[in-house]
Amino acid sequence: MTLEFTLATARDALRARRISARELTEAHLAAIDALEPELHAFITVTPEQALAQADAADAALGRGEGGPLTGLPVAIKDLFCTKGVRTTAASRILEPFVPPYESTVTANMLRDGAVFLGKTNLDEFAMGSSTTTSAFGATINPWQRRGANTQLVPGGSSGGSAAAVAAGMALASTGTDTGGSIRQPASFCGIVGMKPTYGRCSRFGVVAFASSLDQPGPFARTVEDTAILLGSMAGHDPKDSTSVNRPVPDYAAACRRGVRGLRIGIPREYHSDGMPAEIEALWTQGIAWLREAGAEIVDVSLPHTKYGLATYYIVAPAEASSNLARYDGVRFGLRVPANDLTDLYEETRAAGFGAEVRRRILIGTYVLSAGYYDAYYLKAQKVRALILRDFTDAFERVDALLTPTAPSAAFALGEKNDDPVQMYLNDVFTVPASIAGVPGISVPAGVDGDGLPLGLQVIGRHFDEETVFAVGSVLEQAAEFSAKPAIRMEAGR
Amino acid sequence: MSAPESTYVIEGSTGPWELVIGLEVHAQVVSKAKLFSGASAEYGAEPNSQVSFVDAAFPGMLPVINRECVAQAVRTGLGLKAEINLVSRFDRKNYFYADLPAGYQISQFAHPIVGKGVIEIELESGAIRPIGVTRLHLEQDAGKSMHDQHPSQSFIDLNRAGVALMEIVSEPDMRTPEEAGAYLRKLRTIMRYLGTCDGNMEEGSMRADVNVSVRKAGEPFRTRCEIKNVNSVRFVMQAIEAEARRQVEIWEAGGEVRQETRLYDPSRGETRSMRSKEDAHDYRYFPDPDLLPLVIEQEWVEELATHLPELPDAKKARFMSQYGLPAYDAGVLVMEQATADFYEAVARGRDGKIAANWMLGDFFAGLNRMGRGIEDSPVSAEGLGGLLDLLADATINGRIAKEVMEAMMETGETAAAIVEARGLRQVTDTGAIDGAVDQVLAANPDKLAEYKAGKEKLFGFFVGQVMKAMAGKGNPALVNEALKRKL
Repeated sequence: MTLEFTLATARDALRARRISARELTEAHLAAIDALEPELHAFITVTPEQALAQADAADAALGRGEGGPLTGLPVAIKDLFCTKGVRTTAASRILEPFVPPYESTVTANMLRDGAVFLGKTNLDEFAMGSSTTTSAFGATINPWQRRGANTQLVPGGSSGGSAAAVAAGMALASTGTDTGGSIRQPASFCGIVGMKPTYGRCSRFGVVAFASSLDQPGPFARTVEDTAILLGSMAGHDPKDSTSVNRPVPDYAAACRRGVRGLRIGIPREYHSDGMPAEIEALWTQGIAWLREAGAEIVDVSLPHTKYGLATYYIVAPAEASSNLARYDGVRFGLRVPANDLTDLYEETRAAGFGAEVRRRILIGTYVLSAGYYDAYYLKAQKVRALILRDFTDAFERVDALLTPTAPSAAFALGEKNDDPVQMYLNDVFTVPASIAGVPGISVPAGVDGDGLPLGLQVIGRHFDEETVFAVGSVLEQAAEFSAKPAIRMEAGR
Repeated sequence: MSAPESTYVIEGSTGPWELVIGLEVHAQVVSKAKLFSGASAEYGAEPNSQVSFVDAAFPGMLPVINRECVAQAVRTGLGLKAEINLVSRFDRKNYFYADLPAGYQISQFAHPIVGKGVIEIELESGAIRPIGVTRLHLEQDAGKSMHDQHPSQSFIDLNRAGVALMEIVSEPDMRTPEEAGAYLRKLRTIMRYLGTCDGNMEEGSMRADVNVSVRKAGEPFRTRCEIKNVNSVRFVMQAIEAEARRQVEIWEAGGEVRQETRLYDPSRGETRSMRSKEDAHDYRYFPDPDLLPLVIEQEWVEELATHLPELPDAKKARFMSQYGLPAYDAGVLVMEQATADFYEAVARGRDGKIAANWMLGDFFAGLNRMGRGIEDSPVSAEGLGGLLDLLADATINGRIAKEVMEAMMETGETAAAIVEARGLRQVTDTGAIDGAVDQVLAANPDKLAEYKAGKEKLFGFFVGQVMKAMAGKGNPALVNEALKRKL
């Protein structure tokens, strides 16, 4: 039952009283019960809260009331602070932390009637591309290679959110994207993931990784569903100085616009020597679909693309090294008792942070330190400006860009753990849009030879999520993506 | 700034040494709320009762600039005749300490909101010297660590964490402890006029870091040391002298002064090392990604400028021209806004010089005696004016006026009521005066003889005796006149 519904059809069924919010929520909780031992998509499940919210939703619907999300069971990445519900960022250092406040994005969703099933797993502090750095264990991708039962990663950092939606444990979920943390797991899990423009969704109450890049966004199984969810999540927030005061348009309506007359850019620098032929072919297919739907295809150049990853892996750790200084054992979260202040810091942070987080704190501290600042951080900021200019130049000629989302399909658990650089390369196609702050969506468009899903990425202008949704919808319709993950909840299971 | 004509030097065994002094003043901004959170910035509340989740740096909390704090910084900049930067930026200064919740202080390192300005200081000699202000920037205060509350643990009070500070950095333009003291007092006066900082050094709402070096005349700057967190004008002046003497001794012994941060110990009258340059923190400054550049409009700056109060220099000049006051008197009267306002209320419609003399003389002496300030003076400006009116229309004489003033201070009653109740109205009845004169002359035949023999000095004696006989209430002019007639 859980995979039969999309957010939109469940919403309609609820409003027509063909199903109750309680039934829908119970079905999803049952799916979590059944699949969680295999997938470990959640860090915390909140059944009592979910059922109470569902009952409240049923009552509201019974009165003919309700908002855009009333009664719809969704999952929340455990990076969003949720009042009274433990929020860990998948780190030991926040293991005991129960926020006394609600993030703006989740508060917006609660305002609109959403039912929260629980908090999903992620890479610790959202640092990773595989959801294997979580202090609470890895999430397993519901997809498997045809004829094999090798455990695959769901991508990351929002891997729990992506896996939960792919397997039918939630209708939709929230993620955050710093360098690809929504788009890449969406691609790996065969669902849709949307990173809005930086500033579109408030970061208030979202545990910070890299403040100038972090951006909340939705996961769902259809483009329209992500548009519906983003409509609730987005909006100006006076509590976030970087959130932008612009009206939130009707994103769901934008999904029906089509691409006729649009100019779609194909950035030539995204063709790389090592790209698997299946991905190259899928990209070519995507271009053909858009052309057939009436778009004009334009070859464009984003000349500084090759510096994207290097820039990202300086800027993001630099900000992270500072953002994570507050986890010191003094006021909240983990504290390892010690004899003096320095020992308190060292022992608490050594016990609280995993290896990848420690690595990034060290890199970030290094690139900001005296004598290295100019060569690393300052230079990275200059290159960042050039990458932004690449995009603004391109968007003078085209309305959107089409690229692959990731350079590979989901890889096996443990496959890229030895070499952090191999892991970082996963973000090569998603990082530039993050650096530029422009919106991007990943839409499942095909499968590789092993039957694993592959996504295509659409990138748009600042605050032009509507065009991104329009192009994404056309790809979705043309692809008719109907493959299903091996581990999933369906009627009868 | 041009080289000063300073005569202050430290005499060493190798000759005279000149001092070079620069000050960094941390001034707590007067505002209801903190710089980046809505929590109250009031002083003296129960520990940790004024702490928001932003101040305590809880996960996901974000800073939002308080516009009033920005306005206060702009007002201060305007008061220092400084450039106002329409675009400024906040950086993070990273270091770990238990009372710094985020692990970084948000501060304007690279792009301050206020640029170059100037403060004119007046020295004891009456000379005016301009001292350059390098910059003023906004930053957050840290919390307070308390190490004396528990045998093995430290307690942290975050009430102060996040309160807005202005850091005001001077050029190394000062050459004497006196100049440094005058700079601090003048800066405090300007900020108090503007209402941007209460300047209370005891409560820590104004603190100074002092940079000191010494050199031989005509040399370039030598290595300086920074004395951190000195909390009174007097200690700043003492610390400068102590530190300069220490440095002179090192140089003259053939040593080298090392750049370091030092603390001043007032009880021992010496500075001691806090940390050397090698141990200095690497603060890893970078632009705070949670905050956009701070952009303000020229029109807003102009709007703030039009509402600035008259500042001490302008007021002093006006007092001199409008009321005919000497520079020194005007300078004292404008030191505090409240004093200047009081003075003007007294002087309005009266003789400004007489008003100033009375305020600076008997009135201040009375307040000092009672340990009171102008704010809680038992005598209002109106009350003092009433006394001066009685003097002006010859209802009482000057001697009686002093007595009435004392009574006013003690009782809070009006001058007129005191004069009436105590019968202090001066006697202008020539008959009564003549009677008193006759009585005095008759009682002192020997003195009268001496006077007649040419000892004219005795005239004053007779005036005194007559006034005494009249309980001080005789009109001095009429008494003189009567005596002259009868002698």
